[in-house]
Parts: sequence; structure tokens; C-alpha cells
Amino acid sequence: MPDRPSTFFLLWSQTKYQNKIFFRNPMAAFFTLFFPLMIFVVFSLVFGNQEIGYLGVTTAQYYAPSMAVFAAVSATYTNLAVTTAYQRDRGILKRVRGTPLPPAVYLGGKIISAIMIAAMAVLIMMTIGVVFYGVQVYASTLASAAVTFIVGVASFAALGLLIAAVVSSGESATAVTNATLLPLSFFSGVFIVPSDDAPAWLDAVANFFPLKHFVEPFVAAFSPLTVGAGWDWGSLGYMVLWGVIAVVLAIRFFKWEAPVGRGGKSRRRKKDATVT
Amino acid sequence: MAVIEVQGLVKHYGEVEAVCGVDLSIDAGEVFALLGPNGAGKSTIVEILEGHRAKTSGSVSVLGYDPAKAGRSYRERIGIVLQETAVEEQLTVKEAIDVYGSMYPKRRKTGELIELVGLGEKTDSRIKALSGGQRRRLELALGIVGDPELVFLDEPTTGFDPSARRQAWSIVENLTSLGKTVLLTTHYMDEAQYLADRVAVIAKGQIVAEGTPDTLGGRETASTLITFQMSGHSIEGLPSNEVTLSENGRVTVRSMDPTGDLHRITGWAIERGVELAGLSVTRPSLEDIYLELIGEGTDA
Repeated sequence: MPDRPSTFFLLWSQTKYQNKIFFRNPMAAFFTLFFPLMIFVVFSLVFGNQEIGYLGVTTAQYYAPSMAVFAAVSATYTNLAVTTAYQRDRGILKRVRGTPLPPAVYLGGKIISAIMIAAMAVLIMMTIGVVFYGVQVYASTLASAAVTFIVGVASFAALGLLIAAVVSSGESATAVTNATLLPLSFFSGVFIVPSDDAPAWLDAVANFFPLKHFVEPFVAAFSPLTVGAGWDWGSLGYMVLWGVIAVVLAIRFFKWEAPVGRGGKSRRRKKDATVT
Repeated sequence: MAVIEVQGLVKHYGEVEAVCGVDLSIDAGEVFALLGPNGAGKSTIVEILEGHRAKTSGSVSVLGYDPAKAGRSYRERIGIVLQETAVEEQLTVKEAIDVYGSMYPKRRKTGELIELVGLGEKTDSRIKALSGGQRRRLELALGIVGDPELVFLDEPTTGFDPSARRQAWSIVENLTSLGKTVLLTTHYMDEAQYLADRVAVIAKGQIVAEGTPDTLGGRETASTLITFQMSGHSIEGLPSNEVTLSENGRVTVRSMDPTGDLHRITGWAIERGVELAGLSVTRPSLEDIYLELIGEGTDA
């Protein structure tokens, strides 16, 4: 086929289309872009933007990057899981599967779009931090911050698609992502920094899941106490490991149609069976 | 040349046998209708041909491909109109047609396609704001945006009002005038009769009759029904072989020779001084044939 559209063109048009859908969905846009920003502002008000003794940095200097990570994870993990599962419920994935669009390009467009939205959320958060809350940005650690971001959002995008692959509906995707992200955010130092008196198992849980390995190096990259360029190869490698496992499992379990017993079509089929 | 060639197709869902041994051969340029009640197995067959579902056994060839293994080049040549409209509600009509159209090597122009399905005034409306019938027309547009050789229409007019139905039919006629092959499923008799060159009636996973709409189920040679009410009299000696008596005293005679049979029956009645209340003579409609074929006829 000489006129077959190029993969690059398809990937770009899919990315644009996914972006458009995101920005036209007020709920998703609110929870991803505005909600973390709101928490950041509230924390800065409640705690006052002064130096937190045991951290050695100001409230804003800690929470701007930590809430930026929260926004980035919402944009990738939560959003991809929930929207993909809902699209499957509504038969959109089935429609896509019936077109010549290669499945990898479709999912690739979704991932790129999610990462672009995550990058935007991080930039907004950090810009507001710098302009209104005196957050410092250090040239020496920018490269490690950027790499931590890319590796982090790529891993969490893969995890989001894995959740979409294993849940049975959009509702359960919402439940699963919230029930995992919110507690983990508390354990992993996104909302609060666990004290040294916290039980050891809590520490073990936080260390096992990838969120802490995203937040810690990213926050460290904006800390004046960080020495050197801020590379945390252990955390980066650990996130890559999670990401690779998620990709393998997501490919293994991904479904393009809602399982039987879910969604309008199969309900109707069940009803027919009793008629005949 | 056969575009679709199916032999001995079987599909099980666990214990349930949804399709049990179906043979089909559909030629290029033909409009073929799979007609049957809900749950008969029509959609399962179509979904196997589309490549959405794996068969249990049998052989399937569509445009020379095995749909279960076919990839991009197969899907570039087919168009699928799903039973339910599944498009991102946030997009406008034009955006949806553009983004789906961009996936195909050949494609119809967005503006012309929107006009063809009669959504001209809705070009820039969000899909969210479309009525049920308008959504189905968009679905139709998305099914043919890649200018396919073969179009699958799964219950294309379910939920349409009469005028939208006529419009959908004229789009299908337009497709056939362009030489496309169309496989449609429907549970509307009149739709199959109007659109299809050939019809297969399917019930409980099997094809129970196949033919042109006029000859389907032996309609042109079908027996005439003579019915009347009998009360308090025996029907013994009624001069016909195919007589059934229902509990409420309604007598039905199937006749291949209605003129003679009617003469003999009325003669029999006059001889005995019996009044044949509510006497009627009817030729089965296509609907009757269909209901009988799918096992929901008079005796059900």
C-alpha cells in the first residue's frame, strides 16, 4: 500500500486526539492539573512557607516537587487506567481494534499524550512554586530531575495500562487506582514525610512500591542540601524494573473488549438468552 | 468470485453452542443479510468474520484472509459498523471522522461523507449532543470512512425512526452501486427484503433457510392456510390430510390446492349442516414464513 499513513503520522494524530479528549473532560483535567496545585497551596498556607526543621527546606521547596510528582502520577497511572477501562466499557477499544491502526500505535499515542500532560502539570506546579513561593531551582540537578521524571512517568504509564488490562470495568479502575495511589502517597512522602518513629513495615511497603523511588530523587533534585548532580541510580533502576514488568503483564492481559457479563452488549445478550 | 467463504463454522461460549455448523458463500458486490431473532448467533458470526472473535472450528476465508490471523492489510479493506455507537463523546462529528479516516490508505472526504449520512448540520457538534439516530448515522460514516471493499453492518438501523431508516437504506444502496460487498445482520424482515440480494435465516446457531427474499423458505410454493371455528362437532371425515385442531376449537388446514380443498371442506360442512364460523383463507406472508422458520410460528 503506497498511500499507507506513516507510523509517525499516526502516532502524532493519535497523541493529538488523546490530548483533545483529556482537555475536554473537565473532571480529568481538574483532578490532574488543579487538584495537586490546590493541595500545594493549602499546605503552604497551613504549614506557613518557612523552613521545616527536620527537612532543612521550606514547605514550598518540598511540596512543589512532591505535588508535581503526584500530578505526574495522576496524569499517567490514574488517567490511563481509568480512561482506557472506560473506553473499553463503551466499545471504543473494540472499534479501534477493527481499524488498520496498529494496536501499539494506539497505546503509544495514549502514553505520549499522558506524558505530555504530566510534563505540563509539573511545569505549571514548579513555575507557580518559583514565581509565588520562592522555590529554588538548581542547574546542577536539572538533568537528574528530568531523567527521574521521564523514567517515573514512563513506569507509571505502564502501570496504568496494566491496571486497565486487569480490571473488569471503568468503575473498578477508578477504585483500584485511588485505593493504591492515595495510601501510597501518604507512606511514600508525597503528602507528609513519615517520621523516624513510623513502624518498620510501613517503611518496607513504601520501599517496595515505586512511588517513593519517584518522589525522593525528584524532591532531592530541588533540595539545597543535595550534593552533586542528584543522580539516584538505585531508584531509577527500580522504577525501570517496575515499568518493564508492568509492560510485559499489560501486554499479556490486555483486552480490547469488556469481559462477558459487563457492558451493554453482553447484558443484552444475557437477556436474549432467557427469551429464546 | 466469493468474497466470504465459510464452511462448518462452529463457536462455543463455554457450554453454550452459539454457532453450530454454518456454511456461507458471498460473492463480490452482493448484499447478503443474516436474518434472525436476538441471540440466534448472527453477531457472533459477523464478529468472527471481522476478526474480533476466534472460531471454535470450521474454515473461514474473507477476501482471502483468515480474519483471526489477519492484521492491518485486511482491516484496510473492510469497514465495520458496530451495533452500538462507540466513539469518544468529547469529539465533534468532523473530528471523529477525521481521526478514524486518518488510519486508512484510501479514504472518503470528510465533508462528503458527513453529507452522505445526513449530518451536515451537525458537523461541528460534539457527539455527546447527538440523538440516538444521529449517532447511528455517524457510526455508519465511520464504518465506510476507509472506502472499504467489504462492509459489515451489524443491525444498522436498530432504533432508527422510519425516515432515518430510509436514509440508511439509501446509503447501503449507494454502497452497492459502487460495487461494494455488504454483509448485514438484521431482525427486521422488511430490511432484509428491501436491501438484500440474498437472505439467510438463522435460528439457534444454524441456517434454517437461504434464498432470495421472494423464494425464501419456499414462499412462492408455500401452502395456503384455511382456518375456521368448530364447536360441538367432530372434525372426523374432514376431507383434507393436514388438519390441526387447537384447544379452543380453531381448525387449521394446510393446503397446496386451496381451491379444491375449500370446495371439499365447505361441501363437507353443508352436508352435515355445520357452520364454519370465521372461515378465512390466507397465504403466508414473509413474516409468517420467517416466524415459522425460527420456530416461533403458530404452534409456539
